[in-house]
Amino acid sequence: MSLSEDITLAKIIVVTSGKGGVGKTTSSAAIGTGIALKGHKTVIIDFDVGLRNLDLIMGCERRVVYDFVNVINKEATLSQALIKDKRTKNLFILPASQTRDKDALTTEGVQEVLEELAKEFDYIICDSPAGIEKGAQMALYFADAAIVVTNPEVSSVRDSDRILGILQSKSKRAEDGKEPIEEYLLLTRYHPERVALGEMLSVSDVEDILAIPLIGVIPESEAVLKASNQGAPVILDTESEAGLAYTDAVNRLLGEECPLRFLEVRKKSFMKRLLGG
Amino acid sequence: MTDSGFRLKGSVVTTILLEIQTFSLDNIIFHLKKKIDQVPHFFNQAPIIIDISKMKRGITIDEFEALIQAVGSLGLGVIGWRCDPENLPVWKASVTIPLLPASKARAIQMAPETKEDISPDVVVKTVVEERLVPQATKVITKPIRSGQQVYAEGDLIILAQVSAGAEVLADGNIHVYGTLRGRALAGVKGDVEARIFCKSMEAELVSIAGNFMLSDALQDIVWKDSAQVLLVDDSLEIVPL
Repeated sequence: MSLSEDITLAKIIVVTSGKGGVGKTTSSAAIGTGIALKGHKTVIIDFDVGLRNLDLIMGCERRVVYDFVNVINKEATLSQALIKDKRTKNLFILPASQTRDKDALTTEGVQEVLEELAKEFDYIICDSPAGIEKGAQMALYFADAAIVVTNPEVSSVRDSDRILGILQSKSKRAEDGKEPIEEYLLLTRYHPERVALGEMLSVSDVEDILAIPLIGVIPESEAVLKASNQGAPVILDTESEAGLAYTDAVNRLLGEECPLRFLEVRKKSFMKRLLGG
Repeated sequence: MTDSGFRLKGSVVTTILLEIQTFSLDNIIFHLKKKIDQVPHFFNQAPIIIDISKMKRGITIDEFEALIQAVGSLGLGVIGWRCDPENLPVWKASVTIPLLPASKARAIQMAPETKEDISPDVVVKTVVEERLVPQATKVITKPIRSGQQVYAEGDLIILAQVSAGAEVLADGNIHVYGTLRGRALAGVKGDVEARIFCKSMEAELVSIAGNFMLSDALQDIVWKDSAQVLLVDDSLEIVPL
């Protein structure tokens, strides 16, 4: 199903995983940027209150004055807290608070903020914290679609399966008996060489276990770390496989069809990765 | 035993009790006949006991014999008589019918209404019929994810996979038309006839009526293939489909 069909209402997409360190924030930044590059007005919200990271990945940490919790507590207006991205048009960031914890997020407060954002934006990307507790549940509660970020290893797959169960049972759509949240699998840190050696689960293994549509496979890439450290979403690095794979994923998310790439073991891939290619 | 040509056995028979409160032969016979005429079939040759324990005034042997005679002529069979054991009349040995032991307190309590009771105008019959009520089958179309638990009171049909770390339970059978990676427990209330069917057996645990098997053992029998699990003589059998 295409996400671009709905133009009158903002689409709320949660980027979640259950497990930590699989690439949720990297993916939120890349996909949010990718959607904005396509001309849709997009906001990325950092739900990881207390462990604020999105602003670093987006390279806007020094411009954070007010945050998500300030808006919920009515200490600041949305327009004061929203940070306009300097590189990408149509892109805004709502940072998390570093000094508070997840209890600062209330259902009513989050709903109010989302409703206000929905008036202005086409896409609202919710960058979920790890785990299945309050922070993660808040991030997914109002979602229309979910991108489940998974690494090709058993514990990550198990945790993704768990979060899929929570999406089906604890989201607002589930509680209201509405159409369920659309679920998409994003496989990150994929290592074709290690898959060939049997050290890593293959794309089909993960698809078989999770049984949800795949929207992208992001190869393990030095470019990701480089991009994070530079504070620029990896999708902007059009020289890297990871950046291109994210572009493909955004295209699929918006309803375009494009074949999967970077799944095969390629010669000289080591040299390419070394050169950041 | 058979040599004697008979056997002596105990038996409990329900009889009618005619409890006399005030003796007036004509009055008793008149009202008794009226009752009998309402349901003659019920009273025909029915065994009856005459109870004089509730009589305020004594009764003579002649009056009593006349009563036995009159009751017998109405078509009832007088099988004995009863009297308050504390207040037995002097003529007790001369009576032609047997003296029966006094009844239990409960029967005596009900005695004043005996005359009404013997009229079976309304027959209330309580028929307790046991019927097997089939429990509805639960059908699930979406995958059962890790951490989720599903229970069905009847059969459970899952048209998707059961993920590792998920648990499906049913009082009846379990069908999984997908891969079974989690735990499946059929016949959880002790139905030994319950079975588990799955398209691909990769379960962590299967159980029928409390008899279980873990994945280690399953891998040696049927693995990643369609299978059914059933209980044969208290032991689980995994059979390829």
